[in-house]
Amino acid sequence: MLGMNQTIGENRMSQLPGELMACPDCDLLQRIPALPPGSKARCPRCGHTVASSKPDSMDRTLALAVAAAIVLIIANTTSLMGLQAVGREASTTILGGAVEMWLQGQEITALLIAFCAVFAPAIHIGFMLTVLLAARRSPVPWWAGLLLRWSEWHEGWGMIEVMMLGIMVALIKIAELARVIPGIGMFAAGALVLLIAAMTVSFDPHEVWERLEWANGETPSMRRESAVSKGVNP
Amino acid sequence: MRAGVLTGIRLGLVSCESCGLLSRPLRVAEPGHCPRCGEELELRRHNAIQRTWALIIAAFICYIPANVLPVMVSNTLVSTEDDTILSGVVLLYETGSWPLALIVLIASVMIPLAKLSALAYLLITVQRRSIEGQNDRIRLYRIVEFVGRWSMLDVFVIAFTVALIQLQPLMSVEPGYGVLFFAAVVVLTMIAAETFDPRSIWDSSNE
Repeated sequence: MLGMNQTIGENRMSQLPGELMACPDCDLLQRIPALPPGSKARCPRCGHTVASSKPDSMDRTLALAVAAAIVLIIANTTSLMGLQAVGREASTTILGGAVEMWLQGQEITALLIAFCAVFAPAIHIGFMLTVLLAARRSPVPWWAGLLLRWSEWHEGWGMIEVMMLGIMVALIKIAELARVIPGIGMFAAGALVLLIAAMTVSFDPHEVWERLEWANGETPSMRRESAVSKGVNP
Repeated sequence: MRAGVLTGIRLGLVSCESCGLLSRPLRVAEPGHCPRCGEELELRRHNAIQRTWALIIAAFICYIPANVLPVMVSNTLVSTEDDTILSGVVLLYETGSWPLALIVLIASVMIPLAKLSALAYLLITVQRRSIEGQNDRIRLYRIVEFVGRWSMLDVFVIAFTVALIQLQPLMSVEPGYGVLFFAAVVVLTMIAAETFDPRSIWDSSNE
């Protein structure tokens, strides 16, 4: 643990005047100063948050990711809700919603639902967990960058919170016809929404990128000179 | 805005869209790959304007069958009833849950249309090289990116209604083909928002 922090410290030292970057939303070049913990830097032109310093980002996110992985399994294996009507019972899981759509002839929609409600969140959390474990090594192995990229892409397509609201609307529609009993899966899915949001808030991807082993095989000490142009760097 | 703003594109510097590393490629026309994370570098997202237009037009075409075709077919012993997205909203309203009717109306009807118009507006202003209201336009873009996913709401409502109400032969619900087109609208507009390059809003004021 101590070793890891020292490495970060050394990296920061070598960049002290501030790291040069271009705003991803407006391409304005700017230097990011050393930020006090818990603060953010915004682009002066477009207001995009270009950097944020999140205290203890890696360990907190790892703890949240472990919890999210466990809750994800519970949410997908237990019954989401049961329904009683006219002396009959029915129950469904998250994947059950997609499976029924498939059986009713809407295969493409079924795949989309399964992707957004089950696979995208699972890949997001699984890759995140792997990245955070790999990031405890120094330098971080190059494939962690690849997984982080995929993890972030899947995060954008994970829609558990939208699904929860969808279930609520469906339940209110059904409540007239039948008695609905929420299952463990429902509470687990609710907890998962909060855990995923907390992961996003606590994670600073920059910390992983900064310590990544470069794809072109350069050593960390060569980084500054070769990557950022000599003309712009002071 | 100000003349002579220092941007990456002016100095021939490329920012990696994946890891944020700023690098100076040997040839700006073919920047190659990011030395750190290996992602393909692009000064601006490739053909962003044409691709976004294509996706918006495709989404708009799908929007018509999405609203006309039934999204749900309810069967009981005595009757069969087709529901479109709008009639589902009306049904929610009539059964007394107007807050939910409002949520579904906003998520399913208004957000997709608003997203399509907002993206079209952004594209037109970029193509006209407008330098006015850039801060408002970037804010509009961020809203489009943020709310996009919530349009999937109705798809989930239909899926779980279908999954739960399978009490044959008394009562059952089948999905209709409207839901496929509706899902297509949502996915196409989400991809369109990902394809649009927000930096192009500012490019005409860089020179």
